[in-house]
Amino acid sequence: MNANARRRKIISRIAEALCLLAVILALLPLAMILFYVIKEGFGALNLDFFTQMPKPVGEAGGGMANAIVGTLILIGLAAIFAVPIGVICGIHLSEYPASRFSSVVRFAADVLNGVPSIVIGIFAYGLVVLPVKRFSAIAGGVALGLLMIPIVVRTTEELLRLVPAGLREGALALGATRTRAVFTVILPAALPGILTGILVALARVAGETAPLLFTAFNNRFFSTNIGQPMASLTVQVFTYAISAYDDWHRQAWAGAFLLVMMILTLSMLARFAVRRLERMNRP
Amino acid sequence: MTMTIEERRTRRPQEKVMTTTTRAKISVRDFEFYYGAAKVLHGINLDVPSQQVTALIGPSGCGKSTFIRSINRMNDIIPEARGEGTIEIDGKNVYAPGTDTVELRRRVGMVFQKSNPFPKSIYDNIAYGLRIGGMRNKRELNEVVEKSLIRAALWDEVKDRLHGPALSLSGGQQQRLCIARALAVNPEIVLMDEPASALDPIATAKIEELIFELKDRYTIVIVTHNMQQAARVSDRTAFFMLGKLVEYGETKDIFMNPKEKMTEDYVTGRFG
Repeated sequence: MNANARRRKIISRIAEALCLLAVILALLPLAMILFYVIKEGFGALNLDFFTQMPKPVGEAGGGMANAIVGTLILIGLAAIFAVPIGVICGIHLSEYPASRFSSVVRFAADVLNGVPSIVIGIFAYGLVVLPVKRFSAIAGGVALGLLMIPIVVRTTEELLRLVPAGLREGALALGATRTRAVFTVILPAALPGILTGILVALARVAGETAPLLFTAFNNRFFSTNIGQPMASLTVQVFTYAISAYDDWHRQAWAGAFLLVMMILTLSMLARFAVRRLERMNRP
Repeated sequence: MTMTIEERRTRRPQEKVMTTTTRAKISVRDFEFYYGAAKVLHGINLDVPSQQVTALIGPSGCGKSTFIRSINRMNDIIPEARGEGTIEIDGKNVYAPGTDTVELRRRVGMVFQKSNPFPKSIYDNIAYGLRIGGMRNKRELNEVVEKSLIRAALWDEVKDRLHGPALSLSGGQQQRLCIARALAVNPEIVLMDEPASALDPIATAKIEELIFELKDRYTIVIVTHNMQQAARVSDRTAFFMLGKLVEYGETKDIFMNPKEKMTEDYVTGRFG
């Protein structure tokens, strides 16, 4: 082996080592968070945590049943608000990619994506809470939905544009109108990816606290009334974590652990759903 | 299908008698096409007879694909593209203002170079055009799906897995599926844009055989890069060059006895 080849080989090895180092550095915080949350949270988790209501200060035990159900309702509401708007917006962007209106929408979605979540919360407060003068789950859902919209818009657009042009031509050549082609061929072809995008967006907003503080607020009682304040895991964890009681701290850890698990499950569900749907799409 | 293509060709003479009596199905007059400011088709005049196969040949970029896509106005989806002049089908100009392209494309089916089955089941692919046309009756759908697959010579290969994914079929089967899908809506004209260029020789032979079968019922226009293919399957051939129609006539005349020097150079492989 001559000197030049050896030199190239050494440089290649160094580059590989640097890549590996970068991967480890990126994954280390995730591993540490998971380790710490599991260590602190898993021990505090028990059946009561899922089935019981919060106990008054001083009484040991109790759980977060209201917050668990509350979080599920809140992200459900967020999906109801954000998915139709986001997907239809994404369709418009992919169908009219070059129009001036589309570039404005795209820019707006990017800006909305960058707006701090607490500002979104204040906006939802002004929009939904102030007129009826009451905190409500609906307001929380709107706030979370607003956070979801830009993610759903951009993933929908990107995935629709990945659908081969031949499919559109095939549908049009059979006498489909443009709308028909989009809804019967192009959208279904991109559905696995769009669904993943939606689940990822849900996982992201499920962990939000700030936008809920002025909207869904919190509720010490079990409630499924979306016109009333509603508890959520994140707000409950926040409230308990800044309290002065050891028992509440333990509960906060359990809540944090549960949140992480929920988000993990959503992400895995996303992957699983994609694989099932893709079976029809690929040989 | 017991006869080979060669045997079929010997039947030609008696078919020709019919040819002279059939009138033009598609009649093109002074047709020009532009992409923005670029003129890609110059003054095309040509008559496509009914129930025959008309092949469009010529080097890459000569405008034959643009031309075939003008017949069902598929080019409309390209921004800045526009056609001038007339293309009449049964005497009705498809470029007349107010023409319903949806209706037009139901009468003029199209098969593309790259087979493009939808990511749905085999059955749903064939039923697609029928369903968007409003057919809901299950028995009726079943019937047309079967008939279309039989007509496209695919039925025997897929009858046991109609509800399996279309994308699990081989390339040649996928292309025949696309042909069946186009036939299902019962078009009068079938346009084929290099339907066999991505297929192996055996699959190609099957498609060619099929084209031969289909002309009993449909008027077929086919774009091909492959001159042997044009010679094998078509009754009439049009030679395009740089956006102009150089020569058009009976396929055997174009290949055996071309009038233009350019045609002769092309069909004998001197350039292309």
